Amino acid sequence: MEWSHDKLIDMLRTMWLIRAFEEKAEELYALGKVHGTMHLSIGQEASAVGAVSALRADDFVLSTHRGHGHCIAKGADLNRMMAEFMGKETGYCRGRGGSMHIADTAGGNLGANGVVGGGLPLAVGVGLGLKMQKRSQIVLCFFGDGAANNGAFHEALNMAAIWKLPVVFLCENNQYAISLSVKKAIAIEHIADRAAAYGMPGITADGNDVLAVHEAVSQAASRAREGAGPSLIESVTYRWRGHSKSDANRYRTRDEIEAWKARCPIQRFTARLIADGTLTEEDADKLRQEAYAVVEAAVAFAESSPEPRLETIEEGVYA
Amino acid sequence: MREITYAEAIREALREEMRRDERVFIIGEDVGVYGGSFGVTLGLIEEFGPQRVIDTPISELGIAGAITGAALIGMRPVGEIMFMDFCTLAMEQLVNQAAKIRFMFGGKATVPFVLRTPAGSGTGAAAQHSQSLENWFVHVPGLKVVMPSTPYDAKGLLLSAIRDDNPVIFVEHKLLYKVKGPVPEDPYTVPLGTAEVKRQGGDITIVATSIMVRRSLEAAERLAHEGIEAEVVDPRTLKPLDEATIIRSVCRTGRVLIVHEACRTGGFGGELAAVIAGSEAFDYLDAPIVRLAGRDIPIPYNRTLEYHSVPQVDDIIAAARRLVHGAA
Ligand SMILES: Cc1ncc(C[n+]2csc(CCOP(=O)(O)OP(=O)(O)O)c2C)c(N)n1
Ligand SMILES: [Mg+2]
Repeated sequence: MEWSHDKLIDMLRTMWLIRAFEEKAEELYALGKVHGTMHLSIGQEASAVGAVSALRADDFVLSTHRGHGHCIAKGADLNRMMAEFMGKETGYCRGRGGSMHIADTAGGNLGANGVVGGGLPLAVGVGLGLKMQKRSQIVLCFFGDGAANNGAFHEALNMAAIWKLPVVFLCENNQYAISLSVKKAIAIEHIADRAAAYGMPGITADGNDVLAVHEAVSQAASRAREGAGPSLIESVTYRWRGHSKSDANRYRTRDEIEAWKARCPIQRFTARLIADGTLTEEDADKLRQEAYAVVEAAVAFAESSPEPRLETIEEGVYA
Repeated sequence: MREITYAEAIREALREEMRRDERVFIIGEDVGVYGGSFGVTLGLIEEFGPQRVIDTPISELGIAGAITGAALIGMRPVGEIMFMDFCTLAMEQLVNQAAKIRFMFGGKATVPFVLRTPAGSGTGAAAQHSQSLENWFVHVPGLKVVMPSTPYDAKGLLLSAIRDDNPVIFVEHKLLYKVKGPVPEDPYTVPLGTAEVKRQGGDITIVATSIMVRRSLEAAERLAHEGIEAEVVDPRTLKPLDEATIIRSVCRTGRVLIVHEACRTGGFGGELAAVIAGSEAFDYLDAPIVRLAGRDIPIPYNRTLEYHSVPQVDDIIAAARRLVHGAA
């Protein structure tokens, strides 16, 4: 694949933005500035960025509870994202949704989802609508290894396949659904192998290699756009943090976590870009610092934003 | 008496019943080493092993089917759905299968399971993790619906639910898990279908469910300072409903305030109001029956909005005052 210099830099920048946003989210949570729960994708940035960077700007994305990365990769305004995270009126969902429901419909992000697998049937509908409207866009549907064991997955893949819908199903296999290891949850080796059962291509990609994910999704996206139907891509990765705010990590070992940390997708990509001369160490450092600065600015924006007014509490249930 | 938390009381019931009856097993998402999303089943896999504390994939319909099928052939499963919101995914097996099997088969089969699930808002988990959907189940003949408000009731009712020969939906409240209360160490059960007067008073009857019992009791203490004595009645089991205890109380006080967290429209309060209005208590009513319930909105994320989505102690006090003193 041919890579433009700017595109590569942009991918790295986006990965840093995700990392910075989530480290900040974690900190704000610890400080008691946000309530509820949140699911961090630290360690999985290559998956979000590799996949979304293979789309056209006007394509659609359906995201998950672990969706900050997808949202940022889709080009969200970090100010409005952070404001949503902090429950402010200026947030993407006017503070009604929070971390688990951030959506940027105007930007093609049709929403994170609190229900595991909840986005999969929606992808069928979006794909069907695009096809009926004869539009050239496609929809990329993220979901986890855990979601692949819900009935929704099987219904959605089959329907998308029989109708040749412009959908790319992207399974982020981060090895666990909360505490349940994918090895105990699935009796076959690769989730991508399930594609055969529905008559679509299945690809297992190294989810910590941003370019590998990009390539796999690019192929699937072309196929979807040409009317040849959906594909299933399994992006093999790992979440460094606990499942959510409350997780004692009883189900995995420190060694395992450390081994995956050694495969940090950002460091890997940075090293590669430095090695091939795309970037100097200084450039890389600057990108990182800029990302953290953007996030600081987003926090300032969110903190100075107004809370939703109580009088508006019943607004917005119906159109 | 010894005090333990609501979560501990539930765990204790599970442990005791699993020791007593080998047909009892636990099945659900992350119920093993993780101990369940709210830590209720912590430690049980260590005692009973993975054959009797079964971690499932994220397959709610599968869980509902597994407990129904196993119950049908003589097991006594206790399933867990991590959040009540996800019962929506299990509805087919619960509503069309489990609830109807006994009747459809002419009484020739039993489906003795318990499905435990946490409901309610107040944790900042937003619209898809905060619902109170108990009335969906109340509407289905064949299912029993239990909603304990204290550790004592949680333990006693869960034991009865496991021993009951019907499918029982056991609705816990997330904000109650860490609440402590007296629970005897000696064996006891609380029968299904019995309400309890949690506080006596002659001026107004407050019928409340789940966490609203706690809030109503707090409201009642404060109301007492202003001379209003509220009687707080906890149905404990929504189905079967102990109508007599509720009606008796309303006959005494002549005023009734119904409090629940679930959305007002189609909520259990409507059923309670109809039961009261259709009973001999009608003649004793000095004021219209008042329902205080969750607003008809999905639960918002923002902390303040979330707080004001469902009845709080101050709302209960204000509603009780209005009822007793007349609309002011
Ligand atoms: C239908 C449903 N069941 C259970 C849950 C609770 N839950 C939230 S995330 C999660 C694990 C999801 O695992 P996976 O799909 O692998 O995504 P990951 O969290 O690993 O990113 C579970 C069980 C839920 N949100 N929705
Ligand atoms: Mg996972």
